[in-house]
Order: sequence, then C-alpha cells, then structure tokens
Amino acid sequence: MSMLKIEDIHVYYGAIHAIKGVSFEVNEGEIVALIGANGAGKSTILKTISGLMHPRQGTINFCGENITHTEACKLLPKGLAQVPEGRRIFLQMTVQENLEMGAFIKKTVNPDDLDMVFQYFPRLQERRKQVAGTLSGGEQQMLAMSRALMSHPKLMMLDEPSMGLAPILVDQIFDIIKELHKAGTTILLVEQNARKALQIADRAYVLETGKITLSGTGAELAKSDEVRKAYLGG
Amino acid sequence: MNILQYLINGISIGSVYAIIALGYTMVYGIAKMLNFAHGDVIMVGAYICYCVTVYLGLPVLAGVLLSMVVCTVLGITIEGLAYKPLRGTPSLAVLITAIGVSYFLQNAAQLIWSSNPKSFTSIVSNMKPLHLFGSLTITGEVIVTVAVSVVIMIGLTWFTSSTRIGKSMRAVSEDRDAAQLMGINVNRTISITFAIGSALAAVAGVLMCSSIPVLMPTTGSMPGIRAFTAAVFGGIGSIPGAMLGGILLGIIETFAKAYLSTQFSDAIVFGVLIIILLVKPAGLLGKQVQEKV
Ligand SMILES: Nc1ncnc2c1ncn2[C@@H]1O[C@H](COP(=O)(O)OP(=O)(O)OP(=O)(O)O)[C@@H](O)[C@H]1O
Ligand SMILES: [Mg+2]
Repeated sequence: MSMLKIEDIHVYYGAIHAIKGVSFEVNEGEIVALIGANGAGKSTILKTISGLMHPRQGTINFCGENITHTEACKLLPKGLAQVPEGRRIFLQMTVQENLEMGAFIKKTVNPDDLDMVFQYFPRLQERRKQVAGTLSGGEQQMLAMSRALMSHPKLMMLDEPSMGLAPILVDQIFDIIKELHKAGTTILLVEQNARKALQIADRAYVLETGKITLSGTGAELAKSDEVRKAYLGG
Repeated sequence: MNILQYLINGISIGSVYAIIALGYTMVYGIAKMLNFAHGDVIMVGAYICYCVTVYLGLPVLAGVLLSMVVCTVLGITIEGLAYKPLRGTPSLAVLITAIGVSYFLQNAAQLIWSSNPKSFTSIVSNMKPLHLFGSLTITGEVIVTVAVSVVIMIGLTWFTSSTRIGKSMRAVSEDRDAAQLMGINVNRTISITFAIGSALAAVAGVLMCSSIPVLMPTTGSMPGIRAFTAAVFGGIGSIPGAMLGGILLGIIETFAKAYLSTQFSDAIVFGVLIIILLVKPAGLLGKQVQEKV
C-alpha cells in the first residue's frame, strides 16, 4: 500500500520554478532513495512534503489523507518526520532538551523513548547535559536523527544524513537507517552519496533540475549507465 | 542626596525598564520583529488600573490584575490583526505597521481619556518609606518595584528553562522551521509571547506611574524607547540581557541627571549605548549571531 503519494507537484520560490511536475510514491515498509545533483530540487521536495512549503499545483497524500496544504506543525502527529538538511538541531539547547523537543507532541517525555535513542546512539547519552552547539558534526547528525525518532514516526525523511561525515561515520549512519527500517519505519532518503543510497534502497528515483528522469529498484539504478556516469563516477 | 540614594533610585526605574525590555526582547527573539507599540501597551495598562481603582473604586490588586488581563488580550489582538497577516513579508513592512499601531493606541487613548494628564495614585501609597543611615530614603514604590521585577525575572527564567512551552519558545526563537518539524505551532507560540510581554507591560505601567504619577496618552512612548534601548544594550533576544540592560540604563540615566544634565540625560544614555555597541555589537549578553548562508 502506498504510504506517501506525490502527484504532479509544482513548487516555486517566487518566480523560480524549482519542481516541475514530480510524481512518486513510497510504500509502507520501503526504503526509497531520491538522488540527484546539487540544486536538482531534492530538499525542496522534502520541505514540500513536510509542509514547510506548499506546491502551487499537484497533490500530496499521506496514509490516505490529502496533506497538500496541511501546516507543517500538524504533520508530525500524523507520523511524518523529517531530519532536515544541515541537521538543524537547536544549537543553544542541550542534547536532552533537543530530544524533549522531538517529543513535544507527546506532552511528556517517555523515559523509554530516551532509552531507545540512546541504544541507537550511546554517545548521546554521555552528552545529555551538553549544549548541542558543542557537539561534533557526527554527533549533531545523531542528535538530529534521535530527535526525529522521539515521536516514533511512521515515515522518516532524511535529507543528506551523510553530509560532511567521515566514511566510518557514514557507514554507521547507514547501518542505523537499516536498523530503523527493520524496526518498522518507512524511509525516504535523499542523498548525494548515491552509491550507499542505492545499496540500501528498495527503490530509487533520480531527480534532474526539478524533474524525475529515472526510477527503478536500487540494484537496477546502480547498474544503469546513466546513473553510473552521472552519480557513481563512471 | 548621596550617591547611594541615586543608585537605589536608578535601580528602581531601571527595574521598570527591565520589565518593559523583557517584552521587547521576547517578541524580538520569537517573532523576529520590533514591536514598537509595546511602550503604548504600558500606557493602556496604567489607564486601566487608574479606571478600575478611581472610577470603579475597586482595590489596587483588582486594578493590577484587570489591567494585566486587558493588556494580554490587547497584545494578542494586536499581533493577530496587525502583525500576523504580515508574517513572511519584509521586516520593514512589519516595523512600519508597529509604528502605526503605536500611534493608533495613543490616539485611541486620547479619544477615550483625553489628553489631559491624570494624576495616578501610587499603588503603595499607604506604605511608609524606610529611612536608613539618616540620609537614605527607600520608598514603598522602590521596594515594590524592585521586588516585583526580581520575581518576574526569576519566574521568566524558570519558565523558559524548565517548562515545555518555555522550551518550545526557545526552539522557535532559534529555528522556526525546525521547531515546526517538531510539531510546535509557531503562530500559537508567537501569540503566547505577545500575551506574556503585554501582561508584563501592564505591570510595568502600573509600577512606573506609581513612581512618576503623571498619566497621559504619550506616557508609554519615552519609557518604551528607553526600554527598547535597554534590550539592545543587554543583547536583543536575551532575557538576562534585557534585565541587565534595563537596570544599567536606569542607573546611568539617574546618574546622568544628577551629576551632568537633566536636559541631556537621554542624549547621554544613548551616547553610552552607542559606545557599548561599538565595542560589543551584539550587546552585553547578546550572542554573536552568524549570518546564515
Ligand atoms: N530559498 C530559495 N530561494 C530561491 N531559490 C531557491 C531557494 N532554495 C532553493 N532554491 C533553488 O531551488 C532549486 C532546488 O534547490 P534544492 O535545495 O531543493 O536542491 P537540492 O537538490 O536539495 O540540492 P543540494 O544537493 O545542493 O542540497 C535550486 O536551483 C535552488 O537554487
Ligand atoms: Mg538539498
């Protein structure tokens, strides 16, 4: 069953037509990757799904409900979480407070949820009282993911979780994405690191200047000539 | 008068500036706008307290509480009607609107209460001044003003650091989009901020008019500007900064009046502000914010 269904959306920044009729879907239990060059419109699509922007045309359905014009703050309670590009954690708040904000919609913080994220990222537990701005880049990414996990989303959208991380940390982040997926979370993954993304994705879409140009299973796309030339270095 | 007396008086008027500055700084931090009508909310607060105690003959406490209620509603209404429709537009448009709201409140007050000054009865008129060391006088107004501002400062610090709503306000102030992704309703958070700021403005108005008992439609405007200065001085957006800035500004103003010149006290205060900002552009406790790329 399709959990997220995007139909022919057009998104603008003022006069700039950034997304030019994109359609795709994410089925329950899948990992779907969205790859494309800088400026292709990947982040714009995620921001549009999460309600920070709205399409001028087209529809977005989530779990059978039309959310095209739903306010951003109403989507997390429906089970749609986004780990935004550049982490966007609250730098002046502590690790613990960031996690509490992740559970804002739950009114009170469930200690079990904290235990759960600390199980994924033990490093954060030691740094609970630390101000988030003083964390390393990798730790900030862990915090961004943990914060999104605090509300147990059905669908988690990740925008370039591997950006700026050392290879060993990239592997660790991808392992955790796989674990989350196994635990039942559906994943929509935006990545520059096409090789890794296609490895773990059930299906993938290639985005070029606001349009989807290719789609298929992760394995199919990893083998396709166009993708290899453009995104996998030949 | 001796230097200690000036210091006490400075702290007292500075505490009022601090309470007003808190409203400026919280609204700036969360709604990212300068609410220039904030000073006039003070004036409305003082008038409401005046009407409740003089015309209705109710006790002072009722006057203060009703004035807080009216100002809270007024603050939320101003935000909803004048500022909310402009969210996302250039900040200059919002600034001009705020100036418009300020004049609107002053003119409305003129229509309702006329421009003749009213003499405000101090809310602590029956409290005897304390005399220390013979020459030092601490009036009831000073004691109440300083005590109330200390309570407000402790309360707000606790609220923003320890409650769910308070923390969500800090989240909105730091990153509005990220806060929305947490399910935090930014519009509601901004309304709450205006509500708190305006309730504080009512308290400030009553305290100020208790010390300086002349009440007119323009009563709020100069203290509003000074408190705004205090907020910038302390680091706009910072709650402890507003408190520190307000109290320092009150002290500088009182000393400038006492030892330099009554007429030029405002010029001197602003001169000090400019020097501080040259040395510390973000204000005393402000965070050096990097421009986002
Ligand atoms: N705030 C904005 N105002 C105007 N144009 C924008 C804005 N944000 C993005 N764009 C434009 O929209 C297009 C898509 O941008 P987007 O950020 O979605 O790309 P992306 O695929 O996420 O790129 P990257 O891999 O570099 O993150 C780009 O051409 C960009 O210049
Ligand atoms: Mg991007």
